[in-house]
Amino acid sequence: MAKIVGTVSTSHIPAIGGAIHKGLQNDPYWKPFFDGFPPVRDWLATVRPDVVIVAYNDHGLNFFLDKMPTFAVGAAAEYSNADEGWGIPVLPPFQGDQALSWHLIESLVGEDFDLVTCQEMVVDHALTLPMALLWPEQNWPVRVIPVVVNTVQAPLPSAARCYKLGQAIGRAVASWPGDERVVVLGTGGLSHQLDGERAGFINKDFDLKFIDSLTANPAWATQYSTLELVELAGTQGVELLNWLVARGTLPEKARQVHVNYHIPISNTASGLLVLEPEG
Amino acid sequence: MSTIKPHQPVPGTTIFDGEQARKGYALNKMCYSFNEAANRAAFLANEDSYCERYGLNAEQREAIRNRNVLQLIAAGGNAYYLAKFAGIFRLDMQDIGAQQTGLTKDEFKAKLLAARGE
Repeated sequence: MAKIVGTVSTSHIPAIGGAIHKGLQNDPYWKPFFDGFPPVRDWLATVRPDVVIVAYNDHGLNFFLDKMPTFAVGAAAEYSNADEGWGIPVLPPFQGDQALSWHLIESLVGEDFDLVTCQEMVVDHALTLPMALLWPEQNWPVRVIPVVVNTVQAPLPSAARCYKLGQAIGRAVASWPGDERVVVLGTGGLSHQLDGERAGFINKDFDLKFIDSLTANPAWATQYSTLELVELAGTQGVELLNWLVARGTLPEKARQVHVNYHIPISNTASGLLVLEPEG
Repeated sequence: MSTIKPHQPVPGTTIFDGEQARKGYALNKMCYSFNEAANRAAFLANEDSYCERYGLNAEQREAIRNRNVLQLIAAGGNAYYLAKFAGIFRLDMQDIGAQQTGLTKDEFKAKLLAARGE
């Protein structure tokens, strides 16, 4: 049986791509952020994943507003990165896992998640940069399955729905007869707002409560509507929905392996959390 | 739920909902085209004709001409797409944040740092 060996949740700020390209990992501005990742890489070396399911939001690379799925699952043999318009370097392509993708799709649609399925898709910085933080050599020793959540155009899926999607992904993986070891990566957040007179909004208190809730009280954030999450975490802080998808894939009891939190990277409070199933 | 307009809107915030998505469609579509370097170059080479090709309305054209993010949002622009427009001019998120909040870039950076609360 396939097994989810843990989750990693991290911010996916585009500026990280520039910092990696310029080798700024030890620059005083960037060091507190990049220093969060060696322990994650040590952990990955012990849990040895074969597949990474990545819950993230597309920022107008694969999906435009002409067709905007609430949830979409990749089912391609390979996923390429591409120019996003602001000059961060394009990263190497990712190998997919079509068999497991279609199993996820069958299982999730079977649980009434009405997905969009994508046999071709390009993946943006929200997938590529977290992968590059986990595997800086960018040789991707894992297969990837993208799960795209609409955090761009309201109405967004609710926090409760995203958590349930994660739970359904957890059941789908557990019912796969292969012996794959799976890590679920949730990307985005934490609190930040890029647009409007409220630009620069950061809410440390909320972020820390949110991170803390994910270990022992994972449904805590589902009490909030997406609009309340905008108020608490900022217009782009709602990307924390992707963290809830990732968290939902674990059993209710989980153990915190590693955490990091730093203000600011670009306009964002950056967060990093590694969880393992307990028991 | 989230599909209904809030009774108390979040101050300084425009929720990018169906109304904004409809209003800003042409503008966001133009910004989406800036994913490709050839389109960024075409915009720079002839801004008027490029905007015309995407059918921007007068409000959107003016906001693009002014490079004014608050005006672009009022005209239906979405932050993620506007970022691609800003990328043409090598503006980063602190430039954009400073412009929207009426602060200098250094003041805006100080505001971000202050969120540490230390």
